[in-house]
Amino acid sequence: MDKMPKWADVILTPLISLILAMGISALVILAIGESPWEALTTMVEGALGSSYGWGFTLYYATNFIFTGLAVMVAYHAALFNIGGEGQAAMGGLGVALVLLYLPLPHWGLALPAAMIGAALFGAAWAFIPAILQAKRGSHIVITTIMFNFIAAAALNYVLVNLLRPVGSMDPASARFPDATNLPSLSEIAAGLGMDWGRNTPVNVTFFLAVLACVLVWALIWRTRLGYQIRALGKSEPGAVYAGINPVRITVIAMLISGGLAGLMAINNVMGESERLVLNAVEGAGFIGIAVALMGRNHPFGIFLAALLFGFLYQGGGELALWTSIPRELIIVIQALVILFTGALDNMVRMPLERVFLAARRNKGAAR
Amino acid sequence: MILKDSLIAVIVLAICVIWALADGAAAQQGIGSALRLMTPLLLACLAGLYSERAGVFDIGLEGKMLMAAFTAASVAYLTGSAWLGLAAGIAGSLSLSLIHGLASITFMGNQLISGVAINFLASGLTVLVGQNAFGLGGRTPALTGTGRFQPITLPFAETLRGVPVLGPIYSGLISGQTVLVYVAFAMVPLTWWVLFRTRFGLRLRAVGENPASVDTAGVSVTRLRYTAVAICGVLTGIAGAYLATGLSAGFVKEMTAGRGFIALAALIFAKWRPWQALFATFLFGLLEAIANLYPNLDLGIITVPSMFMNALPYILTVVILAGFVGRAIPPRAGGEPYVKER
Repeated sequence: MDKMPKWADVILTPLISLILAMGISALVILAIGESPWEALTTMVEGALGSSYGWGFTLYYATNFIFTGLAVMVAYHAALFNIGGEGQAAMGGLGVALVLLYLPLPHWGLALPAAMIGAALFGAAWAFIPAILQAKRGSHIVITTIMFNFIAAAALNYVLVNLLRPVGSMDPASARFPDATNLPSLSEIAAGLGMDWGRNTPVNVTFFLAVLACVLVWALIWRTRLGYQIRALGKSEPGAVYAGINPVRITVIAMLISGGLAGLMAINNVMGESERLVLNAVEGAGFIGIAVALMGRNHPFGIFLAALLFGFLYQGGGELALWTSIPRELIIVIQALVILFTGALDNMVRMPLERVFLAARRNKGAAR
Repeated sequence: MILKDSLIAVIVLAICVIWALADGAAAQQGIGSALRLMTPLLLACLAGLYSERAGVFDIGLEGKMLMAAFTAASVAYLTGSAWLGLAAGIAGSLSLSLIHGLASITFMGNQLISGVAINFLASGLTVLVGQNAFGLGGRTPALTGTGRFQPITLPFAETLRGVPVLGPIYSGLISGQTVLVYVAFAMVPLTWWVLFRTRFGLRLRAVGENPASVDTAGVSVTRLRYTAVAICGVLTGIAGAYLATGLSAGFVKEMTAGRGFIALAALIFAKWRPWQALFATFLFGLLEAIANLYPNLDLGIITVPSMFMNALPYILTVVILAGFVGRAIPPRAGGEPYVKER
């Protein structure tokens, strides 16, 4: 029997963890002599108070949905993929190669082609750690960390020595052809006669991200493959006994995970910068860990957590602009969220379970 | 077996000898630089060794080192004493170790996630507090004079300089380092002795392989693991303090630049053993020194870009992890919280 009702497990524990993280962040802000309330209002005003703020919040959220889903799919197979950063960076390379070398006349054609490039490169970058984990038992956490650094070095080399246009000093690729630029949501809104979110980077990729949430949900809970992934994650001997091939499922789960991380590049490389720059991912791969933990490894939770982190990111930028609090505050909040929802989960859960057990016992005694 | 074990040592010595024969002066400069660059790696690697041998995985070495570098540089600047800075560095690193211990020992949480959180916590807090205290965009003001650890000239360094081969090695490489470099090197035999010749070391290794047996023998698993995590904190603290007050003159945002992860790579490369850790970190320090000295290394047939040199420690670690060149098997109970049977 479960010690707690499901709603407490799914909603109450993450909420308490979040409140703890926010509380400590408020103490940190107090400690550096600023007002937490002022910080919060600045963040809300800057991220949610205007369509301009929303445009950025949703743009960041799109990144985090992809990386969060990437962490989640691997997590259901009991694999901790912290290589999202490198996989997303490689996805960017895939996007850049497709858009620079295939003559695609319209974004409607360029989008699926770039998606294939992004997913393939991201998945390929996850493949070696996956096969090493599955066949040789090399710890996937360590190999994916190493692959993040290898990806950074490889991209640095490719951008400086291969993709950099002649005469340019900037370690970045050439601009992608204009025809392949994705329509931004503000352009769509303008087409409908609305003035919404002018000069913001959020683009049609946001809808792709929402679609990805639905597809991943269906994959994990409504398909045979998803069942196999979850079975492997719960118990490897059990899965083997049920006739599931652990090597195959480990590799497939990691390929999907890497592909999802790679797809993030559609948003930031194709949608926003419209060329490949150095360090385009900017830590979004790691935020995916916080988003997946916060969202309890469910696509709907991930969607909400990604919105939360999108808000924090945009709000953090505004904070740095209008107050003397640097935007690194967001990294602290992110760390605290990972700490409380991930590592110190039991600290919140154990007392809660005791409360619920006591409540149930009292009810039993009353009867 | 012995040859395979000393593989790293052979490779490292071969590189040094070839380099010295090709260009003696550059080799002396490069190897000296490698000794300094390897010091934080070695300290962090031995730190991870204690923790992981006791069954607590630590991917938060990077964060702890960063935090220590910041607290050390700040206190060294404010007090003008590198030694007080060192103490502050150890304290800063220990506070994060305590969080890691709470999460992974007391609350039986996921050690990897805790490590990730600690890395971000250090990365954010150092800039947040640094910007607030000094207003230099996350840097601390440059350290001068007694705020830094100064090179120590060993006895007879000058008189022995003229001796062929050994003279330059003694006076140019061994002498003239800061005190923390010697501390780091002394830690290698000390760690070996503690782990393999003391009762504490035996128990520490046992708790990483089979905590239930240690528990049955009436020794507290919790206490042993906390001790190991604390030792880890002290050593990463020294590593961070050296980074900010020995190797450079002050703290810079994200100054560890992946060194914690290279230390982790070295630990795997060394298969969780102290002497091998010495050679592995020297190899990685040497690679960094070579990449710094020659941005584009021309080996005659091919030109090696510096990015490849920088990525080489990670690539080598993946190769070792893949088990094609001697398998790296971590302590058996590593990563698992110990749950006493009820």
